[in-house]
Amino acid sequence: MTPQAGLSFEQAPPILVPFRFFLSAPVFGVLAALTLLWQGPALFDSRWMPPALALTHLMTLGFLGLAMLGAMFQMLPVVAGAPISRANSVSLGVFGLLVPGVLTLASGFLLVSPELIRLAMGLLGSGFTLFILAVAVSLKRAANNPTSRGMRFAVLALTVTATFGLVLASNYGWGWWIANRIQITSIHLAWGLLGWVGVLVVSVSYQVVPMFQLTPAYPKPLSAWLPPGLFVLLLLWTAFTLGNMEALVPVAGGAIALAFALYAGVTLRLQTQRRRKISDVTLLFWRYGMAALLLVLTLWLAGQAVPQLDNWPGYPFLLGMLFIGGFVVSVVNGMLYKILPFLIWFHLQSRLTGIAKIPNMKEILPEKAMRRQMRLHFAAVPLLALAPLMPPLIYPAALIFGVSMLLLETNLIFAFGVYRRNLKLVS
Amino acid sequence: MAIYKNVRQLHEEERPSGKFMETISEYLSSDHHRCDDLFALAEELAGDGKWERTATEFGAFLESMRHHFAMEEEVLFPTFEERTGMSMGPTQIMRMEHQQMRGLFDAMAQAVEKRDQDDFLGQAETLLVLMQQHNLKEEQILYHMADQVLGGEARDVIARLRAVA
Ligand code: HEM
Ligand SMILES: [Fe+2]
Ligand SMILES: [Fe+2]
Repeated sequence: MTPQAGLSFEQAPPILVPFRFFLSAPVFGVLAALTLLWQGPALFDSRWMPPALALTHLMTLGFLGLAMLGAMFQMLPVVAGAPISRANSVSLGVFGLLVPGVLTLASGFLLVSPELIRLAMGLLGSGFTLFILAVAVSLKRAANNPTSRGMRFAVLALTVTATFGLVLASNYGWGWWIANRIQITSIHLAWGLLGWVGVLVVSVSYQVVPMFQLTPAYPKPLSAWLPPGLFVLLLLWTAFTLGNMEALVPVAGGAIALAFALYAGVTLRLQTQRRRKISDVTLLFWRYGMAALLLVLTLWLAGQAVPQLDNWPGYPFLLGMLFIGGFVVSVVNGMLYKILPFLIWFHLQSRLTGIAKIPNMKEILPEKAMRRQMRLHFAAVPLLALAPLMPPLIYPAALIFGVSMLLLETNLIFAFGVYRRNLKLVS
Repeated sequence: MAIYKNVRQLHEEERPSGKFMETISEYLSSDHHRCDDLFALAEELAGDGKWERTATEFGAFLESMRHHFAMEEEVLFPTFEERTGMSMGPTQIMRMEHQQMRGLFDAMAQAVEKRDQDDFLGQAETLLVLMQQHNLKEEQILYHMADQVLGGEARDVIARLRAVA
């Protein structure tokens, strides 16, 4: 963490390093939609049923996990000045382990197969170990800014999540039914959704929110303290949960919820102060995501106050749909629409300058196609959230969500096609 | 002595209320801000199809960027390279990115001439991302390093930056 750290100013890694992740992520969104269509309203019987667990992990490990890992491979050199060494082999190894890992985990749940779950444990365990080690080495050399500090906490949270995830999976692999499975699941999902996913989104927004929309920077105390603050609160919450301190658990939980609400509020406010007046899909995706985050936090707080709500079996589904589908998927989707076309432009200009005209970002990924997909996503989220109340809604909701993910995939493939066609001009 | 002063400068800069000593970091970062505003205005005007005013404001943006690049390429980078002995390091990459941005300036100027809205906005979008990540690297790393290695000389460098036409 010397001032020299950011010195390397390393340029972007080879294009496939992040792209293999980005291009595969939406496929898992489509698989999640198919699972919803296949299971239908029965899915809402209980969050503990294997199909619900398959669905959760197709989204969290498949869609979000791949997109976020791809983004980290890309962003570490750029924002933290700390490239992952041998990026291409590491990325290929992580990808080659995690993709079959998620697929076997999901099919292990759906087919109730202990063998597949054990196989998934090996694949996911080694894939995450490789990723975490590679990132840890690189983050040690990273420039010391709020984003790279936040990334450290996010990766620590991922380590906790994966460890508890493997413990829980061993239950399914060998059937020894751990006594405090419910507690461990709570800890696993809190570290996964709030620690890994939440803290990474928060840290990345310090850079990208001001950058894409020319908003003022996040207030310094907030950007410096939010990730470590959330991390400490999660530790406290975990200690209270494990220690059965019934009175303190909701206090720590409430503090975490308020911290995220503060973040969402500040982000929305910064966006109203943006100096770039033109609106674009990324901005709309972010605003939608922040609104969903505020809504899910309100509903969670309401559940703490009203036990009937908390006891309703549909409640965790409602929270999950809004947090994962409404908040995180929106933000990630919006980010993909900026990062992908920019990287394609970037890689093309280094090859084509002086040889051919380089397509601009909107030629690489046309605005119309992005807007069409965005509207479908915005329609899918409320339907998904209402489906636990009105189970037959699951069909239109899953259908629209599936088409949205399919269009996201075809949009990304279209963009990559522009890259490949233009590269041919060189040879 | 010089080192002591550096550290103090860095601290004062972190303090929101204690900005009585100007740094290279402050000076050039605020110039980024000024260029960004001109960019946003030109983009907004082009989005509304107001080509006459787009041409004027885009011209002002280009002029501000030309001046900013000149300050960096003619004063800051050479001084930094001389002090650190690193001529192939970060400054080289910054120069390369300036070159990439100049390519986009030309493409945007052509789009203004042809009043091609889609092309202008597409190029603008590309430039924005490139320019912002460039500025981020300068503001978060390079300018800070410059303030550090140039130490007591920083004020003199700022005076020379001001003198760039
Ligand atoms: C190594 C990777 C992972 C493995 C092996 C794994 C495994 C598991 C298992 C076995 C359960 C079910 C617990 C039970 O029913 O007893 C579970 C639940 C859950 N996991 Fe994971 N997990 C992993 C990563 C993640 C990540 C990264 C996230 C989020 C970002 C996540 C989010 C969740 C959620 C939200 C639940 C609760 C689902 C529900 O209540 O329906 N998991 N996980
Ligand atoms: Fe520059
Ligand atoms: Fe600059």
